[in-house]
Amino acid sequence: MPTVNMIQALNDAIRSAMRKDDRVVILGEDVGKLGGVFRVTTGLMDEFGGDRVIDTPLAEGGIIGAAIGMALYGLRPIAEIQFSDFIYPAFDQIVNELAKYRYRSGGQYGCPLVIRTPSGGGIKGGLYHSQSPEAYFIHTAGLKVVMPSNPYDAKGMLLAAMLQEDPVIFFEPKRIYRAAKGEVPEKEYAIEFGKANVIRQGTQVTLLSYGAMVVEAAQAAEKAAAEGIDVEVIDLRSLVPLDIETVIRSVQKTGRVVVLNEAPKTCGFAAELIALVNEKAFLHLQAPPLRVTGYDTPFPYSLEHQYLPSVERILKALKDTAHF
Amino acid sequence: MAIKSDVRTEENLIQVVRDDGTVLDKKLEPEIGEADLKRLYYHMVLTRAVDDRLLRMQRQGRVGFYISSLGEEAAHLGSAFALKTEDWIFPQYREPGAAFLRGYPLLKYVCQILGNSGDLMKGRQMPNHYAYKPGRYLSVSSPVGTQIPQAAGFAWGAKIRKEKIVTLVYFGDGATSQGDFHMGLNFAGVFTLPTIFFCKNNQWAISVPLSRQTAVPTIAQKAAAYGIRGVRVDGNDLLAVVQVTREAAERAREGEGATLIEAVTYRMGAHSTSDDPRIYADESKIEQWKPKDPLVRFQKYLAVKGIWNAAFEKEMTEKVQEEVTKAIQEAEKLPSPAPETLFDDVYAELLPHLKEQREEAAQFKHLGKHKE
Ligand SMILES: Cc1ncc(C[n+]2csc(CCOP(=O)(O)OP(=O)(O)O)c2C)c(N)n1
Ligand SMILES: [Mg+2]
Repeated sequence: MPTVNMIQALNDAIRSAMRKDDRVVILGEDVGKLGGVFRVTTGLMDEFGGDRVIDTPLAEGGIIGAAIGMALYGLRPIAEIQFSDFIYPAFDQIVNELAKYRYRSGGQYGCPLVIRTPSGGGIKGGLYHSQSPEAYFIHTAGLKVVMPSNPYDAKGMLLAAMLQEDPVIFFEPKRIYRAAKGEVPEKEYAIEFGKANVIRQGTQVTLLSYGAMVVEAAQAAEKAAAEGIDVEVIDLRSLVPLDIETVIRSVQKTGRVVVLNEAPKTCGFAAELIALVNEKAFLHLQAPPLRVTGYDTPFPYSLEHQYLPSVERILKALKDTAHF
Repeated sequence: MAIKSDVRTEENLIQVVRDDGTVLDKKLEPEIGEADLKRLYYHMVLTRAVDDRLLRMQRQGRVGFYISSLGEEAAHLGSAFALKTEDWIFPQYREPGAAFLRGYPLLKYVCQILGNSGDLMKGRQMPNHYAYKPGRYLSVSSPVGTQIPQAAGFAWGAKIRKEKIVTLVYFGDGATSQGDFHMGLNFAGVFTLPTIFFCKNNQWAISVPLSRQTAVPTIAQKAAAYGIRGVRVDGNDLLAVVQVTREAAERAREGEGATLIEAVTYRMGAHSTSDDPRIYADESKIEQWKPKDPLVRFQKYLAVKGIWNAAFEKEMTEKVQEEVTKAIQEAEKLPSPAPETLFDDVYAELLPHLKEQREEAAQFKHLGKHKE
């Protein structure tokens, strides 16, 4: 099995989806000749031509609006939003149109559109190349929302996204686009949505995370182990639908939970996860659930590593929970 | 035959039939067979009758809310008629006649207005927000203008697949101020897409007049900024609307790209039943527009052609009234949608968290008018 990074895995997934199904088209800014600003679509225009790999005008609302039309027509578009910070011009099309098309037409129409977008900080991107806006979309009925944390999942989940009958917001943790490497099969495979990945078994604290923060989660768990705390790390990877069963089973076992994500704290997905744990496993809890998240500030430039949850912060939360 | 028009001045307007029903320009008169002329007249009468009855039902408290298309029937019926059955329509909320022409059953229409279990939308949307896939009629939503880039994208899909179909998208003058208007027309220009952007300029966006939407004299001239064709037509002249839309559709089908059609008309009633134009509109404007009534003009045209006469009118009116009455009676018998349908169609399959919420909701008494 070749060892590749996340960009190569995503490229591989898109290429095989396009080879298999000629209804698959890509549209976005700079996705053609350049292959995307992160090179995820490298070489695809050469192989599939300008009709299927389309550089659009610079208008996110137009990209998503047009992609909705394409999906309604019967294509299987993959729209790229160059940075998730620039998804807001398309917010109305996503939230009011894409997400509601099936429901509002009484099931007459479906809108199978995959929106790929790099998200998260840690690349010196400042306020506008670092955001983690997943909560807005998780909050919106009708969207599926996923975020892989490694090349294997990236390929399998993108191929799974292409099989959905409903829209998918596919967040790509850009900080680990190249840093995350792993073995990825050359054949096609799909990772079912709604299935979390327990990446480290443990008995004392459940640590929930997704995306780039899974790397820090694993590191913090190792450090905790050295201090005698046995942490179970769960990579949620599919946020909607959520594998709540795996989460609850783990919390029932450990009685303690820390939720880690880099998005701002207030009303973030971590808050939802803790609410669910409280609803479903309250009597198993031996300590208050804790959150380790980005702060409620805009995403900073020079102080980005102050902002992003560090291994040290995570470790402190794990210890506070374990020793409560 | 290429229609030439200067779209930059308000005075220029493509017109085929004079207010008295005589033909102004024979060269522009579209060929329409007698059966189709009768079918169009039927739909004009039907649309007006449906709007009228449902407005009255709203006043009686039998309907929650309603949007009438009074005065704008020719604009949407003529344009929808000019398409081929394989073409697709992206609606706004003020084109009931276009939906009827596409086969949306009257009973289903009334059920949608009532939001009952007979509604194809399962009672989920406000009145006038429908979709009818068998008639290639997309879904109405409230946010103004969102359908515009979607129609371009749909046509783009067809173009990529080399299928010769056209999309037509309806929107109002107010919608031309939205970014979606700009993006939709711009994409269509850049990629030479087979889309007809059909603006029903009824001069109002609720209480805001056209002069607050744009500083240029016409909407049609905005086409120039996108490298597409602009046409300005008398929206109360059914024949003129058919002619310009046919031409736009042909061009689109032949790969010549998109057209922006501005159909100049006037909103002869309130924006909706929640609106009160007495607060902001000069009522004499309505009087000025009355002689231009699109239904009367078409009637006169048919009279000149020897198709319309008093007996024909009586027959048509009676038929329509009977159909409308029957549809309303049938629809009013139907209960609310079943409560558990609340959770259907959010996704193609019922996701676990929605299954859980559906079970929770099932414990509580249904508060709607649903009869078991
Ligand atoms: C984005 C958005 N803003 C405001 C509204 C409220 N609203 C509904 S219709 C309307 C006026 C629309 O005017 P126009 O586009 O000219 O269409 P018309 O109603 O005249 O047919 C407004 C402001 C809305 N539905 N969507
Ligand atoms: Mg208007």
